[in-house]
Amino acid sequence: MKPQELKQYAWAAVFLTASIAAYLTGFRPGISVYSNFLDFFIEMLTFIPFLFILVGLFDVWFPKESIEKHVGRESGIKGIGLVILLAMLQAGPLYGAFPVAYILYKKGASTKNIFIYLGAFSSMKIPMLGIEIGYLGLKFTLLRTLISLPLFILIGYIMEKLIGKEFKVEDASAKP
Amino acid sequence: MLNNAVLFIAVTCLALAVSIIFDRRKTIQGVRKGLRMFFGMAPPFINILILVSILLYLIPEDVILRYLGPGSGFTGFFMAALVGSITLIPGFISYPLAAALLKQGATIAVVAVFMTTLMMVGVVTLPLEIKYFGKKAAILRNLLNFFAALIIGVLMGWLM
Repeated sequence: MKPQELKQYAWAAVFLTASIAAYLTGFRPGISVYSNFLDFFIEMLTFIPFLFILVGLFDVWFPKESIEKHVGRESGIKGIGLVILLAMLQAGPLYGAFPVAYILYKKGASTKNIFIYLGAFSSMKIPMLGIEIGYLGLKFTLLRTLISLPLFILIGYIMEKLIGKEFKVEDASAKP
Repeated sequence: MLNNAVLFIAVTCLALAVSIIFDRRKTIQGVRKGLRMFFGMAPPFINILILVSILLYLIPEDVILRYLGPGSGFTGFFMAALVGSITLIPGFISYPLAAALLKQGATIAVVAVFMTTLMMVGVVTLPLEIKYFGKKAAILRNLLNFFAALIIGVLMGWLM
């Protein structure tokens, strides 16, 4: 490992040292915090590495670019399905979706589909669903997704109705 | 926890097997990509786990129960929705936090509304969103998503 990568583990090293010290001196709060951490850490190891292997495989087999090509040209249910699928393959926070919304807009996607994309992006990204299953359970994740999906589609229709004609997306990254 | 591990290991093995049958090289490429992502997110993730462990020790269980538990009622639910709308916490950080809150006695509805507003509503990023979509569209989107999150929270609490 390069020194820079090692530096990222500085806090973990400090924490581990403090925990060992807590055990040696019998410092109760320290021991309690460490046992909290150990539970979390083991829980993380039981699924996060596998989740990332799955995400990596997914990335190689279903490249986003191949779906992006079709967005905008398809309409109706197929169009909705495509933007949702595209959103599910993304990663990162919601503000990372705005530039993609600009690309969709440029490609001729409807106002409705752009907002459905944002909705699906916010809470149906596959890596996030994986983490959600791991921490909150399959039932919670499935129920939340099934309740959210029709609401996103409804929001898409409402946005189209309210501002469909005047709506445009600016490329904010181009402006300083 | 054990169920989780079994589920994820089984799905991963199945996916790996199918992938290897179709294309060995692509499979290796995918696994490498995934592991690279894992080691990229591991350090900040571990730091967050340390922070949550300390916070859970400092904040006594009865405080979480009082403000986010069954007795907190509408106020707790609404507070969770507001905090979720305003703060900006990445998903992989908020999930362990949500699981910890549930374990300490917070209700499903409160945790669900907190998670959904976190994901769907962004008050802090509103200025950026306005630059892309204009004032009217950005504010409308956030408002509609806020109401959607409330509905999701209520339904989750009722159905789980």
